[in-house]
Amino acid sequence: MIKSSWTKWIGLIIGVLLIIVFMWASVILGLTKISTQMVFDSFYQFDGSNEHIIIQDTRIPRALIAGAVGASLAIAGAIMQGLTNNPLASPSVFGVNAGASFLVVVGISFFGITSLGTLKWLAFLGALITVVIVYVLGSLGRDGITPIKLTLAGAAIAALFSSLTQGVLTLNEQALDQVLFWLAGSVQGRELELLTSVFPYFLTGWLCAIIIGRQMNVLSMGDDVAKGLGQRTLLVRIFGAVLVILLAGGAVAVAGPIGFIGIVIPHIARWLVGIDYRWIIPYSGVLGALLLLFADIGARYIIMPSEVPVGVMTAFIGTPFFIYIARRGINE
Amino acid sequence: MSKYIPVRLGKISFLLEKRSLVLFVSLFVLMAILIVISLGLGQMKISPLNVVRSILGIGTEMEQLVVLSFRMPRILMAAIAGIGLALSGAILQGIIRNPLASPDIIGITGGAAFTTVGFLAWFSDRSNTLTVSISWLPLASLSGAIIMGLLVYFLAWNKQGITPIRLVLIGVGLSATVQALTTMTMLLGPIFTASRANIWITGSVNGTNWSEVVTVIPWMMVSILILFIFTRRLNIQELGEELATNAGGLVQKDRFVLLLLSTALAGGAVAFAGGIGFVGLMAPHMARKLVGSAFGVLLPVSGLIGGIIVLLADLIARTAFAPLEVPAGVLTSAIGAPYFIYLLYQSGKK
Repeated sequence: MIKSSWTKWIGLIIGVLLIIVFMWASVILGLTKISTQMVFDSFYQFDGSNEHIIIQDTRIPRALIAGAVGASLAIAGAIMQGLTNNPLASPSVFGVNAGASFLVVVGISFFGITSLGTLKWLAFLGALITVVIVYVLGSLGRDGITPIKLTLAGAAIAALFSSLTQGVLTLNEQALDQVLFWLAGSVQGRELELLTSVFPYFLTGWLCAIIIGRQMNVLSMGDDVAKGLGQRTLLVRIFGAVLVILLAGGAVAVAGPIGFIGIVIPHIARWLVGIDYRWIIPYSGVLGALLLLFADIGARYIIMPSEVPVGVMTAFIGTPFFIYIARRGINE
Repeated sequence: MSKYIPVRLGKISFLLEKRSLVLFVSLFVLMAILIVISLGLGQMKISPLNVVRSILGIGTEMEQLVVLSFRMPRILMAAIAGIGLALSGAILQGIIRNPLASPDIIGITGGAAFTTVGFLAWFSDRSNTLTVSISWLPLASLSGAIIMGLLVYFLAWNKQGITPIRLVLIGVGLSATVQALTTMTMLLGPIFTASRANIWITGSVNGTNWSEVVTVIPWMMVSILILFIFTRRLNIQELGEELATNAGGLVQKDRFVLLLLSTALAGGAVAFAGGIGFVGLMAPHMARKLVGSAFGVLLPVSGLIGGIIVLLADLIARTAFAPLEVPAGVLTSAIGAPYFIYLLYQSGKK
């Protein structure tokens, strides 16, 4: 664990530098080999060659999207774990991804919506609905919110939305073809406008998450302590939930439901910098971006020349972690 | 007059509450009526009386053909699948001691889905025809369910045995993993396989034939019989770890057997009917509201309710949108899930 504050700053800077290295790798690696020189040329002397088009239209958007989505999912996971005191909380386990994707699939297949602007709002709405239902279901009963109740409620809602999504798709085979790759979670073949239209929300989410780090530190000591220290816990929770909706909903709108990042990364961040959320959140963001970039590069090589959806890659990487965390146990 | 009738059969003994008995019988009758109605509805309408005649073998030849050869297998399969899923859910809710547990959530259905989709994708040639007989498909689904059940069990196991919470967490995690694998397999295969697989995942009893029904019945009967013997152990499980141990239960061993039973029941159901969602979650919950939580009555009542739910879903799925055929699973999720959330909300407010 990194103790002193200046080494934490150095760690963060190294992380950001690594993101740049990974993004560079993401641009030059793949089926079409690309040299660094070509990348510069495509900016300054664009000549319309295949390589230049690939760089501009595919590789660069892809690298940027992977970074932004990875960071957002990881931060959303960190916030959820902090707010619920549940080490397994994450957008995928609690059904937020599934809820957002359900509404997007309904929009595409029933109403033929293709405009990015509308789909984005559908994703936000889906995330909002899920968060509310899971929270209400998880807090029912005399003993209030317990980790196991919340996890089960989340899993039940995730199962609900994914079976509804499948139901919608059985009715519309054409839509199935269209959304299947998106549904597996992928950052490939997305246009840059998709990212630019949600980026303001991402940015707001990241910054606000860092700001509420202090409140989350207090909250993670338990409700009673937090209330005793004069915190309005409900307000913090609602604010946190809004951030989760922005980050996870936005991520789904851009890349489809990508699992396991939100659950694994905050644990690695905690292992690196301890229990202070003011550090956990930025570290989660950086590490999340790195993981998704890495997974996306890996996804190109496993079954070359076709590609594995990056959501499958993160599932492969994340499962052992998940099992480890679950086995170590959480407080009932 | 006592409210209970004691039943003793050698080592097995239980109390039968009269009210529950009445309920059980009425649900059974309801299910039978539903089967008869369902047999009569469809493209060719047959009156309930003629349906009964056909079953007894004294109807017209045409009606007998439609009722016995075309509709009967799928309707029986719907009922059997519903019973299997509901029982499986009831067992899991007993072991995990939480009304939100079900075979879909801890990944048993997901495991079956993966092997099914894998089977469809890997044994298809370029022209989308299967290279092996389709009758192997249920075996693929069943083995997926059982492997998944065992995997969840062993990963949740440590020196002290398994705890309910670890079972849930590992199940939730693994089901997300197999879901990713399933989607990947669907993606890599041709779109024809994908849409077929998607219908399986959603759950449908369309196109069931008699030989499938004959295969699944013994499997279910044996599982239900063993479950009947283990009912008392399930009651003990619900007391929780310490009390159950004090009550003299072999907690860990029972848990394993019960989990295996639950997997076998769900696996048998999804093998033929696909991943019909939310029955395993909903039916036991409704049963609990009706008869309370003693498993002696809870199990049969949830089984019947599960059967009724899937029968109804299938009936609506194949008649309401005719000539379009909707998978029954779409309806169980679309109608069942909001209702279930409402139920939970109601019961939680108390």
